[in-house]
Amino acid sequence: MPMLSRVAENLYWMARYVERAEDTARLVNVTNHLMLDLPRRQPLMWSAVVDITGGSEDFANLYDQPNDRNVMQFLCADQRNPGSILSALAQARENLRTTRDVVPREVWEATNQLYMTACAQSEAGLGHGRSELFLKQIISGCQMMRGLVEGTLSYGTARTFMVLGRQIERADMTTRILDVRSGSLLSRGPDDIRPFEHLQWMSVLKSLTAYQMYRQHVRLRVRATDVLTFLLQDQNLPRSVTRSLWDASRALMSLPRHERALAAVTQVRADVAEADVGGLVRSPEGLHDFINDLQIGLGDLHDAIRRTYFTPLEAALQMSAA
Amino acid sequence: MSRVDWQQYCSNEFYDELMAAPGMPREAARMLCDVLAGFAPSELAERKTAAEIAIRTMGITFTVYSEGSMIDRAWPFDIVPRIIPADEWRRTEAGLVQRVEALNLFIDDLYHDQKVIKDGVLPAEVLAKSVNFRPQCVGIDPPHGVWAHICGSDLVRGDDGTLYVLEDNLRIPSGVSYMLENRNVTKRVLPELFSSGRILPVDDYVPQLYDMLVSMSPRHSDDPQVVVLTPGIYNSAYYEHAYLAQQMGVQLVQGSDLMVDGDDVVYMRTVRGLTRVDVIYRRIDDDFLDPEAFRKDSVLGVPGLMRAWRSGNVALANAPGAGVADDKVVYAFVPELIRYYLDQEPLLANVPSYLCMREEDRRYVLDHLDQLVVKPANESGGYGMLMGPHATREEREAFAERIKADPRNYMAQPMLKLSTTPTLFDGRPEPRHVDLRPFILSGQGSTYVTTGGLTRVALNKGSLVVNSSQGGGSKDTWIVETEMVETGVVEPGLAETRLTETGGY
Repeated sequence: MPMLSRVAENLYWMARYVERAEDTARLVNVTNHLMLDLPRRQPLMWSAVVDITGGSEDFANLYDQPNDRNVMQFLCADQRNPGSILSALAQARENLRTTRDVVPREVWEATNQLYMTACAQSEAGLGHGRSELFLKQIISGCQMMRGLVEGTLSYGTARTFMVLGRQIERADMTTRILDVRSGSLLSRGPDDIRPFEHLQWMSVLKSLTAYQMYRQHVRLRVRATDVLTFLLQDQNLPRSVTRSLWDASRALMSLPRHERALAAVTQVRADVAEADVGGLVRSPEGLHDFINDLQIGLGDLHDAIRRTYFTPLEAALQMSAA
Repeated sequence: MSRVDWQQYCSNEFYDELMAAPGMPREAARMLCDVLAGFAPSELAERKTAAEIAIRTMGITFTVYSEGSMIDRAWPFDIVPRIIPADEWRRTEAGLVQRVEALNLFIDDLYHDQKVIKDGVLPAEVLAKSVNFRPQCVGIDPPHGVWAHICGSDLVRGDDGTLYVLEDNLRIPSGVSYMLENRNVTKRVLPELFSSGRILPVDDYVPQLYDMLVSMSPRHSDDPQVVVLTPGIYNSAYYEHAYLAQQMGVQLVQGSDLMVDGDDVVYMRTVRGLTRVDVIYRRIDDDFLDPEAFRKDSVLGVPGLMRAWRSGNVALANAPGAGVADDKVVYAFVPELIRYYLDQEPLLANVPSYLCMREEDRRYVLDHLDQLVVKPANESGGYGMLMGPHATREEREAFAERIKADPRNYMAQPMLKLSTTPTLFDGRPEPRHVDLRPFILSGQGSTYVTTGGLTRVALNKGSLVVNSSQGGGSKDTWIVETEMVETGVVEPGLAETRLTETGGY
């Protein structure tokens, strides 16, 4: 049974929102931990976290101070922030509510439950003692939802669009983290306190739950070039850009009419594979430009998928006529 | 708090579905009442909580509009089921089948020869002023001559114990998903009661619905494309639309997902491109179904859908125009229609009705407004009614003027003493009024009735309003065998004969 374009779009975005909620929860949790290790005077980090999620402008409109309380509230529970965990979960739930007929009932129940738990927890407040529990529940709730999809949804179009959404969001999030975090790390002068740099590169890895895997596979002390290489180019790390894009390519190949989108993803994969990471580490601006290009490439990929599979019929007809 | 004490339960002058008298359960309800009385108060509370949790996690909701915003509410549910003995249900079922068969013949007649009017059974005036008669449908022959494939008739029980038909919903009746979900929740909450095997299952509805829809397909392929057409997530019954599509394994589509091409064929827009659609279970009102044929401003429907239907390229359930028999004035004629079309006596009673278009009835209605319920002919969901005994004098006078201005549009019925059934409040059963909506499917040469139906309950004390948007709730409906059915034992001699016949050469 061929899938409705509207349903495909819903599922694609649903998977993106769940991934976004989980990634944001990881990011906030790791930043929390890092802050405990850093001396108070360390400028960092909370505003950098807001930058990663692309919410700086919204944040400035809603809050005066980028302190931990405000940033936590903004990133976790503020429904006025479309990128907050709660907003992402609300969107995921709403998308699934309109497409409940195509996924196993347990997936909907898990998503619904996760959203209700998140609402209840955030209403009770996200003070210091509670935030860890909240974030862990979000992460495990998202994992469980994905596990249910993995274990119950047939290998077919619905799963394909969910994989696409998840992998594109994941690649996007990884590049964002690299951009903001490494920018602030690399630009620092040689006189800066080294021990903290080491801690911060560890936190970059931990944001992606990649620290242990890094240790297993790289077996070196944590260094900028190695971390960047690992997170950009490793073929086996679930959250590396290369792995995410490879999974997205494979998903695309099972869809009809995939030429345009496949060309877009192939381009980004080539850019990542050919990157001279050592050179990028020596030039923070170069790294920033490189990641900017990757983001544009991911945008093109999304656009190709949207035009091929989601566009309303009228627009599709106009497009083919033009 | 003490255990459930049925001696304390009293429904006064109302017929009670479960209790013949305080402390005396009806036969079909005895097992249930005993089990409930055996629960410790904490256990009863736990079961109730379990039901609430099940409903929340299963996400069983309905949607209400409130001051311009949309709220998705948990489905209000009471764990004490309502029980009907199986032998009574079989008679009721036969009456519903008879009724819906007559109604389908009636609708088909109205869009063809209108013999019913020529023969003087239905006054021409009733048809002339029917707002749900669609001239666009005249002369059309839907598959198997069926117009109302899905009918939801509302039944109520009076204080004499008789089940009356209160109305027939032939447009897009809803509620069947809640009937099915109520059973799922009840099975989770009171599993021990199902082990006796006397409670008849309800699960058959969805396969029956799907088979019926498939049988309507204009293309004789093995795998016709069936879809459910919804107005979208803001519709109060969206939950049900999604549920039915999911359970049938078919696409849930919105108007914007479909298009009709120049050859009058319906397609849906998919990731593969355009795919032909054969059967549409539509949950959009006639008015909004096709802006080319009905309301021009509709954005919910599909332009050209009526062209495709008329050309026989797509089947629609229910057929457009079926609502003509939904008219509450037509309702009063149904017993006559059964006699006229089937040459049978009606098996189910109508609620006594007064038609304001008849002078004598009108005079009676105007003189007794304080005792009657007055209904406009073509509203649904309880809108636009006058509840005479509860209305103020000013309201009654204003209503009298409306009746005089347009008598054809109004009918009246005595205020019914709806039956009650035990419903839990603070761990105690209290009598609350109920109705029942069975669903009837009409397909190729066969008619199917759900086992029981959706029981709706007025949760507010003394209230007769069962609509979920107005403080109503629901409960599971059990059709219960009171006598053990004889198990089919094959006579030994017969079995032996068969054996020799098959093995005999």
